[in-house]
Amino acid sequence: MDNHSKGFPISHVIGFFMSLVLTFGAAWIALQSSLSMTAVMWIIGTLAVIQAGIQLYMFMHINESNDRIANNINIIYSAFIAVVIVAGSIWVMTSGHSH
Amino acid sequence: MGIKWDEFFVTGDPLIFASQIGIALSLVGAIAGITYFKKWNYLWTEWLTTVDHKKIGIMYILLGVVMFFRGGVDGLMMKSQTAVPENEFLNAQHYNEVFTTHGVIMILFVAMPLLIGLMNFAVPLQIGARDVAFPQLNALSFWLTASAAALFNLSFIIGGSPDAGWTSYFPLAGKEFSPGIGNNFYAVALQIAGAGTLMTGINFIVTVLKMRTKGMTLMKMPMFTWTSFITSIIIVASFPIFTVALALMTFDRTFGAHFFTISGGGMDMLWANLFWLWGHPEVYIVVLPAFGMLSDIISTFARKTLFGYKSMVVSIVLISVLSMLVWVHHFFTMGNNAAVNSFFSITTMAIAIPTGVKVFNWLFTMRKGRIKFTTSMLWALAFVPNFVIGGVTGVMLAMAAADYQYHNTLFLVAHFHYVLIPGVVFPIFAGLYYWWPKMFGYMLNEKIGKWHFWLFVIGFNVTFMPMFFLGLDGAVRRAYTYSAETGFGPLMLLSAVGSIILAAGFAALVYNIYWSARHADRNIGNDPWDARTLEWATASPVQQYNFASLPEVTKLDAFWHMKKNNELQPLSEDEVEEIHLPSNTWIPIYMGAVFGISGFLLVFEWTIAAGIAALGIFVGLAFRSFDYDEGFHVHKDEISETERKWRKGGNKGVKNHVS
Repeated sequence: MDNHSKGFPISHVIGFFMSLVLTFGAAWIALQSSLSMTAVMWIIGTLAVIQAGIQLYMFMHINESNDRIANNINIIYSAFIAVVIVAGSIWVMTSGHSH
Repeated sequence: MGIKWDEFFVTGDPLIFASQIGIALSLVGAIAGITYFKKWNYLWTEWLTTVDHKKIGIMYILLGVVMFFRGGVDGLMMKSQTAVPENEFLNAQHYNEVFTTHGVIMILFVAMPLLIGLMNFAVPLQIGARDVAFPQLNALSFWLTASAAALFNLSFIIGGSPDAGWTSYFPLAGKEFSPGIGNNFYAVALQIAGAGTLMTGINFIVTVLKMRTKGMTLMKMPMFTWTSFITSIIIVASFPIFTVALALMTFDRTFGAHFFTISGGGMDMLWANLFWLWGHPEVYIVVLPAFGMLSDIISTFARKTLFGYKSMVVSIVLISVLSMLVWVHHFFTMGNNAAVNSFFSITTMAIAIPTGVKVFNWLFTMRKGRIKFTTSMLWALAFVPNFVIGGVTGVMLAMAAADYQYHNTLFLVAHFHYVLIPGVVFPIFAGLYYWWPKMFGYMLNEKIGKWHFWLFVIGFNVTFMPMFFLGLDGAVRRAYTYSAETGFGPLMLLSAVGSIILAAGFAALVYNIYWSARHADRNIGNDPWDARTLEWATASPVQQYNFASLPEVTKLDAFWHMKKNNELQPLSEDEVEEIHLPSNTWIPIYMGAVFGISGFLLVFEWTIAAGIAALGIFVGLAFRSFDYDEGFHVHKDEISETERKWRKGGNKGVKNHVS
C-alpha cells in the first residue's frame, strides 16, 4: 500500500483550480467582455498556452523523468502535432473559398 | 426534449420491422439459452469481468465478426439496390442510412475491434509479458467499444439511423438539414467508442515501452509489436481531435451552438477539416497493425527472417509522421488555393515511398524462401497485388487537379475498398488463421479456409473492379439509383454478383469457425506453424499467466533461434515461482453499461436524464479509486501441473499440419 500514498497531492489540486480559473476566465472574456475580436483571440490564445503549460507540469510530470532523450522526443513530437493541428487548420481554413 | 414518443421505435418499413422482431427473438433466445444451460456464472466470471488480455482480445474479435455481418448486410443491401437501374428495393432515405451505417460500422466497429483484438491477444505474448500494462483499463476499453457498438446498432430500430454519410459533413449533418435524432447516434456512439480506443492507445504504448521481457530491445521486437506500438502513438495523437470534433457536433445539434452551423456564423468546412485530421491518421491506425501481422506471417511461412527489418521500422515511423500531414487530400475540391492543394498533393504522394519500401521488403522476404501455402499465407500473398492496385489508384487521386474528376465518384469508392479490404481485412483473416491455434488450441480448417479465401478474393475483385470503370464513366457515389440511359447497368449488375460471391466467402469463414470448433484436431502442440516469435513458445491455448518463467531474448525472431540452438529446456521445478495476477472486476462492464445508458438518453436529447445517468460514471470512478484489490497469486503446484500437461513428452504424437 505504501507506494500508493505519497501525501496530499497539493500540486494536483492547485493545477486543477488553476485550470478551472483559466477555462472560465477564457469563457468570461469571450462572452462578457466588450474587447475587439482580435484582442479576445490573443487573450484566450495566451490563456490556452498557459493552461497547456500547467497541464504539462502539474499533471503530466514533464520535469520528473530522468530520461532526457525520451522527454525530448515526446516534447518535439507533441509540438509537431500541435503545430500541424492548429497552424495547419488555420492555413487550410483561411485559404481559398472560406476567406 | 426533441423526440416524440410515437417516433421512438422506427415504424413503417417491413425490413426494419422484421429486424425488430428478429432482434427481440434472438435476445430472448440468448437469455433463455444461457439460463437453461446455467452458464450465467461461467459467463460472468470467465468473460464479462475478466481482465486477461487474451480473453479481452477474443471478445474484441467476436464483436468484430458480428459487426462484420451487420456491415456486410448493409453492403449487400446497397448492391441489390443498385444492381439494376431504377430499382425500388430501397428508397433514397433508407439507402442514405444504409451507406452511412455501413461505413461507420466497417471502420469503427469491424476493422478497429478486429485489429485491437489481435493486438490484445498477440502483443503481450510477443514481448514476453504476462499482461498489458493496465489490465483493468484494457477491459474498460473493450466495454466502452462494445457499448458504443450496441448504441450505434440500436439506431436502426429505435429512433432512426444516421443518414449523412460516415463522414457526416456539415451542413447536411447539422440540425437544419437533419432534424431527426439519427445523427445524434453518430455523435454520441462514436464519442464513447473513441474514448475506449484512446485508452487502448495509451495502454499499448506503456505496455510496449515498459513490459518487454529481458533482452528484448526495441529493435528485437517482432514487426507486429512495432506496428502496434506506432499505431498506438497515432491513436493518441489523432483520436483527441475526433473527440473534440464530435463534442462540438453534439453542442451544435443538441444545445444549439454554431461551431459548424453556417446560420450562426459557424464554419461548415471546419468539420471536414477536423474530421479528416483524425480520419486520415485513422486509415493508418487500421492499416499499420495489418502490415505488422503480414510481416510476421510472411516471415514465418517463407521461413526466413524479415528482409530489411530496419527499413521496415523506419518506414512505419515515416508513415506515422506523414499520416498527420495529408488530411486535405480528402477535400481538394473544397476550393483551397493552389499552395494548399499542392502541399497536400506532395505529402500524399510521399507516403507511397515508405509504403513501397514495405512492399519490396515483403517480396524480398519471400525471395528464395521455401514458401508454405497455408491459408494464412495465401491471404498475405493476395494482399500484395490487390493492395498495390489500391495504392496506385491512391497516387492517381493524390493529384489535386485530377482529383476534381475522380472526386465523389465510384472510382474513389473502388480505390478505398481496394486499400481497406486487401490492406486490412485480408491481413485480419491471415491473422485469425495464424493465431487461432494459439487462442483456442485447434486450427481453423485449411480446406474450408481455401474456400473462404478463393470466394472472398474473387468476390472482392468482381465487386470492386467494375466500380473503377463506373467511376471513370461518371457514376457518383452515394446515389441510390440511376437511369438505364447512363449505361451503368451491366457493370453495376456484375458488381452486385461479385458481392454475393464475397458474402459466400464470409459465410465460409463462419462455417469454418463452427466446423473447427466441433471437429478440429486438438492435438496440435504449441507451435503448429514452426513459427519465429515468442507467443509460440508457450502453451496453446495460452495458460492464464502466459509464461511460467519469463523468456530471455538475445536476437530478433527469438523463438526461432531458441529452437535452432536447442535452448528450449524443460522447466525445472525450482525455476517455478508464484505468479502475481490481477483479479477480475465488475467495474469495466458496469462503466460500459452506464456510458451506454447515459449516451442513449443524450441521443434522445433528454439532457437532464442523461446527466443523472452520468452520475453513475462517477460512482464507478469512486469505486475504482477505493479499490485496494491487489490481485492474486497462482500457486507453484498449479503452475507445475499446468506446465507438465502441455510440455508432456515434448511434441510427440503431434501432427504437423503444414509440412
